[in-house]
Amino acid sequence: MPRAATVVRLAALALLVAFLTKPQSFAPLFAPLTQYGAPPIYDQGNLLQLALAQLGTVCLAAAASSLVAVGLGILVTRPSGAQFLPLSRTLVNIGQTFPPVAVLAVAVPLVGFGEKPTLIALFAYGLLPIFENTLVGLRTCPPAVLEAASGMGMSARQRLLSVELPLATPLILEGIRLSLVINVGTATIGSTVAAKGLGEVIIAGLLSSNTAFILQGGLLTGLMAILLYDGLAALERRLLRPVTLD
Amino acid sequence: MIAVENLSKRYGETTVVDGVSLTVERHSITAIVGTSGSGKSTLLRMINRLVEPTSGRVLIDGRDTRAEPAYLLRRRIGYVIQGHGLFPHRTVAENIATVPRLLGWNERRIGARVRELLEVFALDPATYAGALPHQLSGGQQQRVGVARALAAEPLVLLMDEPFGALDPIIRAKAQDDLLDIQRRFGTTVVLVTHDMDEAFRLGSKVAVMSGGRLLQCDRPAVLLTRPADPFVSRLTGLADRAMRLLSLVTAGEAALPGASDGPAVAPTTSLREVLSELVWSGADSARVIDVDGTVRGRLTVAAILARGRP
Repeated sequence: MPRAATVVRLAALALLVAFLTKPQSFAPLFAPLTQYGAPPIYDQGNLLQLALAQLGTVCLAAAASSLVAVGLGILVTRPSGAQFLPLSRTLVNIGQTFPPVAVLAVAVPLVGFGEKPTLIALFAYGLLPIFENTLVGLRTCPPAVLEAASGMGMSARQRLLSVELPLATPLILEGIRLSLVINVGTATIGSTVAAKGLGEVIIAGLLSSNTAFILQGGLLTGLMAILLYDGLAALERRLLRPVTLD
Repeated sequence: MIAVENLSKRYGETTVVDGVSLTVERHSITAIVGTSGSGKSTLLRMINRLVEPTSGRVLIDGRDTRAEPAYLLRRRIGYVIQGHGLFPHRTVAENIATVPRLLGWNERRIGARVRELLEVFALDPATYAGALPHQLSGGQQQRVGVARALAAEPLVLLMDEPFGALDPIIRAKAQDDLLDIQRRFGTTVVLVTHDMDEAFRLGSKVAVMSGGRLLQCDRPAVLLTRPADPFVSRLTGLADRAMRLLSLVTAGEAALPGASDGPAVAPTTSLREVLSELVWSGADSARVIDVDGTVRGRLTVAAILARGRP
């Protein structure tokens, strides 16, 4: 089973890399989807650069959401910060329920076109999964373990850093992973406000009624999301593998 | 020595611990017993300030426990809880090393201490040092919990229902281990339990609590023969108080000069067990014999029965 999964993963990765570096070799595949001799492969920009730009935006936004969401999660699980829980939850929920397109519309007049409004939209949209997972992770630490930590003489900070956070780490990472994957897809809308990304390909397809463009923009984004999720999960398993005896 | 002076804990209108004063001798084991809700755990947790007292104070070797920050105080006091509370993401060795690390011991000293403790608790370092808590049996986890509490050589060890989660056989073994270790390190132990047998077996003194108040704190035999309150005799059990009294005396202590052709018993056997042996074998006296064969005397049924009365 794991062997088959590895083969599928490698195949998907190879497909993505091949498409991004040698897009023209896929032209025959997409040609039937075009009309009136329109180009089958996006030719107004470098697909690899677009994909990397999109990935960069998503990672930057995820780093910011992680910092804020984990920070808030820690704050509201401390006795002194518990009163901020309803407020934090409301803010984070608004971030999730306010459509990213609407965030773009509000952000553009404030920060101008380009990457910035996209970053703001993705940042807000990615907070919820990380925040909720951080909360669950920190709240489900076994009470006996926490009692022991305090009983041993750990200060509140030592207990947080060496017991609570390590125990919550798997859940926090899962939240970050979820947020990243959602945002790889969501990031395509950034192209409506001139952020670099594969959304450009989809929009170009929509404007010129070129189904081939729409499809390849969507496929590449989807492949990226799946591989990212899978790759991070594998990395997590490797890093968090418990120490065992031979 | 631990001196608890007029200690109270109130949560709003509810008084959980009510003006308790108690002295715990150095190098002794004191068992606090009581029904659930009697305030015994709260009393214990006020000693290491996991619960801050509403009034009163605790002195350890003459020093007020409030003289330093609570977390520094706790590093000098061992603490064992029911369900062990081992850190699941850390190995056995790392768990045991917790307090020495907090105290900033160097790695060599920590390593030596961890190895020593693993050996004391019959856990082979080669096998168990790198194991994670979930890979151990319940009894082993409990032993690691005690080893962790003793790692920084605390003078005082607090235990809150430490053996509550163990099955009877492992439990008896854990109690024996605790007695051995207490003698070996000379630790002052305060232990909370709701099991009277455990309290009588381990405690050189037993403190009985009810409704937040300390009813009596004395040697187990005194609790049986001169209970200060009807609740004390109810808790210690009226029906088998004679047998309990017998269980507190060993054959070695009670042996009288004389010969006997009855069954042989070791001096460490309790009179309760000797009596049981005599009932079973039908003999009317037992020989008390050391491991090396030296005869220490004999015990007749009449002599044993006389010990079961105040």
